[in-house]
Amino acid sequence: MQLFPCPFCGPREESEFHYGGEAGNLRPDGNDVTAERWAGYLHMRDNPKGPTREIWMHLTCGEFFAMSRDSVNHKVSGSSALGETEHGA
Amino acid sequence: MTRHYSALSLFKEGIAGQTGWEQAWRSPYPKARYDAIIIGGGGHGLATAYYLAKNHGVTNVALLEKGWIGGGNTGRNTTVVRSNYFYPESAAIYGLAHSLYKSLSKDLNYNVMLSARGILTLAHSEAGMETAARSVNAIQVNGIDCELFSVEDVRRVVPIYNFSPDARYPVYGGTWQPSGGTARHDAVAWGYARAASRLGVDIIQNCEITDFIIENGRCRGVVTSRGAIRAERTGMAVAGHSSVLAAKAGFRLPVNSYALQACVSEPVKPIIDTVVISPDTGVYASQSDKGELVIGGALDRIPSYGQRGNLPVLEGVIAGMLDMFPIFGQLKMMRQWAGIVDVVPDSSPIIGESPLPGLFLNCGWGTGGFKAIPAGGTLLAHLLATGRHHDISRPFDLDRFARGRLIDEAAGSGIAH
Repeated sequence: MQLFPCPFCGPREESEFHYGGEAGNLRPDGNDVTAERWAGYLHMRDNPKGPTREIWMHLTCGEFFAMSRDSVNHKVSGSSALGETEHGA
Repeated sequence: MTRHYSALSLFKEGIAGQTGWEQAWRSPYPKARYDAIIIGGGGHGLATAYYLAKNHGVTNVALLEKGWIGGGNTGRNTTVVRSNYFYPESAAIYGLAHSLYKSLSKDLNYNVMLSARGILTLAHSEAGMETAARSVNAIQVNGIDCELFSVEDVRRVVPIYNFSPDARYPVYGGTWQPSGGTARHDAVAWGYARAASRLGVDIIQNCEITDFIIENGRCRGVVTSRGAIRAERTGMAVAGHSSVLAAKAGFRLPVNSYALQACVSEPVKPIIDTVVISPDTGVYASQSDKGELVIGGALDRIPSYGQRGNLPVLEGVIAGMLDMFPIFGQLKMMRQWAGIVDVVPDSSPIIGESPLPGLFLNCGWGTGGFKAIPAGGTLLAHLLATGRHHDISRPFDLDRFARGRLIDEAAGSGIAH
C-alpha cells in the first residue's frame, strides 16, 4: 500500500484518496465558449507519461489538494493546498 | 521450406526432424519510404497491416513496434472475446470483430484457439436482474445472441459458485452470450504477423517513434530510433500510450491511462468451463487450456504508465474472487501483471483521422481491446487505404466529443469497471 501525503492530515494510505483530474484544467468562462473549447475542458487531457501535477481528494477529511507525482514510477514529490493555478481565482 | 501449417505438414516435419519450417515473419531493415506506416505492433496494429494488404492490396507497408510484437496489452489481457454490447453502434463494431474471429484460424492459417465457451454476466439483486433483462433485450434487438439466465441456469453452468444463503453476493440470475468465449492472445498477434509478413508487410521491431514528420500541416512520416521513415498515411494503434504520441503530433486526446491488472493461479484440473463476470465484485474468471484460473478485475484507481499495478485493487479482486468461489481458498496464485489501458469518458473506441491530417487513430478501447482486434484492424486499414470512414467506424470519430454524440457503454455493456 502506497502512502500519499494529505497536506492537512499527513501521510495516509492510497485507498483513502480519489483522483480528481489534471491540475490547471480551468472551466471556461463567458457566453461565447466554442463546442471545441468545452470538449477540451470536459474531455481532452494531457495524460502525461512521467512527472504530473494532479488534483486529488482525501476522502477521509474531504479536502481537495494538488499532488505532484510521477505517472511511471508513482513516486510522490509533494502536495499542497489548492492555489490559484489549480482552481482559478 | 514448409510454409503452410496443417496436420500433414506437421507430420512431414516430424519425420524430417523439424528442420524445414520457414520463419513465421521476416525482420527486414526499414526502407526510407512506404505507402503507409502503422505504429504499434499489438493485435490492432498487426491486424491493420494484414487487412491493408488483404482487403485493399496495399502491401508496401511498414509496421513499427518499439518493443516486440504482442508484448503490450495483446500479451497481457484475459483473452475474452464477446460482442454483447448495448448500443447499435457498439453491436456493429464488436459484432464485426466477433464474426471475423470465428473464421480467423482458417483465414490466417494459424490456430488462434477460439473457444466459444459462453460468457455469463451475473446479477446479484432484483434491480440487477431488471437491468440484465433490459440489457438482454437491447442486445437481442442488435442481432447478437444473448439470453436471460435464472438462478437455476447459473447453477447448471457454474455449480462451484457460492450459492449459500449467507453469500455476500447472492445470485439472482444473469445474462448469457453462448457464442462468447476466449482465444489464445499470443496466437492472434503471431497469426496476424505471419499472414501480414507473407503479403509483403515489413514488421520492424525495436523501432521507437521519436517524432512525426510534419510538412505543410500534414503528417508525412515518422522519425524513429532507426531513422526517418516517410509515408503519406500513418496509422497509430498504441493503446495506453496514445496520449504520448498525440503530444508529439501536437494534439490532445480524451484519454486517461490506467493500469489494468490480471493474475493467474497454478494450473488445476478442469473446474470452470465458461467465463464468469460479476459486475458487483468487479471480478471475472475463466480457466485456460493449461488449467490456470485467469482472473481479472477493475481498473487501478490511480492514473499510471507503470506496467505493474497497485496492491489495493489486487486485494479487492482476490477478495471478490473468494466471495464468488470459496472453493478457490487454497489456490496458489502464480503470476500477476498489468497493462496500460486507454480509458475514454464513454468507454468506446476512437477511430478516425486525427487533428493532424494524414495521421489516423485507433485507440480508446480501454479494458476491452482484445475482443475488438479484427474490427479495429479492418476499420483502420479502411481509413488508411481510402482516407474515409467505414460506415461502422463513423460514429466512433474523435469529433463525437465536441458534438456531444457519446456512445456511453460504461453502464450498458456489463464491463467490470
